[in-house]
Amino acid sequence: MSITEVAPSIVPNFASNEDSGRKLAIICSKGNLDMAYPGLILANAALGEGVETMIFFTFWGFDMISKARMNDLQFSPAGNTAMHLPGTNAHIPQAMMPAPGMTAMATKMLKKQIADLDVPEVPDFLDQIVAAGGHLWACRMSADMNKYTMADLRDDVEGIISASDFIEMTEGAQLLFI
Amino acid sequence: MPVVEIAGKPIHVNEEGFLTEYGEWDTDIAKVLAKQIEVDLTDEHWKIINFLREDFKVQGETATSRRVQTVGGVPVKEQFALFPKKPAKKMAYIAGLPKPKGCV
Repeated sequence: MSITEVAPSIVPNFASNEDSGRKLAIICSKGNLDMAYPGLILANAALGEGVETMIFFTFWGFDMISKARMNDLQFSPAGNTAMHLPGTNAHIPQAMMPAPGMTAMATKMLKKQIADLDVPEVPDFLDQIVAAGGHLWACRMSADMNKYTMADLRDDVEGIISASDFIEMTEGAQLLFI
Repeated sequence: MPVVEIAGKPIHVNEEGFLTEYGEWDTDIAKVLAKQIEVDLTDEHWKIINFLREDFKVQGETATSRRVQTVGGVPVKEQFALFPKKPAKKMAYIAGLPKPKGCV
């Protein structure tokens, strides 16, 4: 190709979403291992795109930021009709799901699959989200129900706040409830 | 795919401006790319860029922010400080590599 055919310079548009005021609020309300991840993956992706991101942990989602529980989230196939025998499309009969050891086995398998993708465990993932500028908030009502104070939560949780506080501080944000 | 002139050389890029030929990149080109997105390259930046180049050669895909931390040894927080707002894409762009495909 001759020099005369060279196109003008093309520079990717890395304009920050902050300039457009884009914000994302994620409410994490589940404490199952499998349901902890969607919020974390989306938060991490949003932060990587320069979107200000706030996560509110409520109800069972509180386990994700509880020092005592965050390392022991579990996955149960019970009630999950999308659960198949590994590597196949065959359903596992729901009647088998409550069998002793099933949750432990399923949790171990899921953790391995996640680790194989080089996706961090939940506490480590939250470390990364905070390092990327994400904000973590805990729900007042859930704290009261669990008799939790800030001392029981990850040190980087910015506060225990009411639902109205969270709604107020996320004005204009896009919102995900998980 | 368009061909543009960068640092006096004709270079293949995609429609967004990311280089498409691994072998066409050199440090002079990286300096121009960095300038175009307003990044002032320091030794810390080069450490990441060199890691990305080497890692791509072995893995065949661009390292994600996560991998730059766990394998490249540069914490995510530092990546955001060096390549503000969109570190993964900016690092890949300057290193002359495709955008990372991984979700995390």
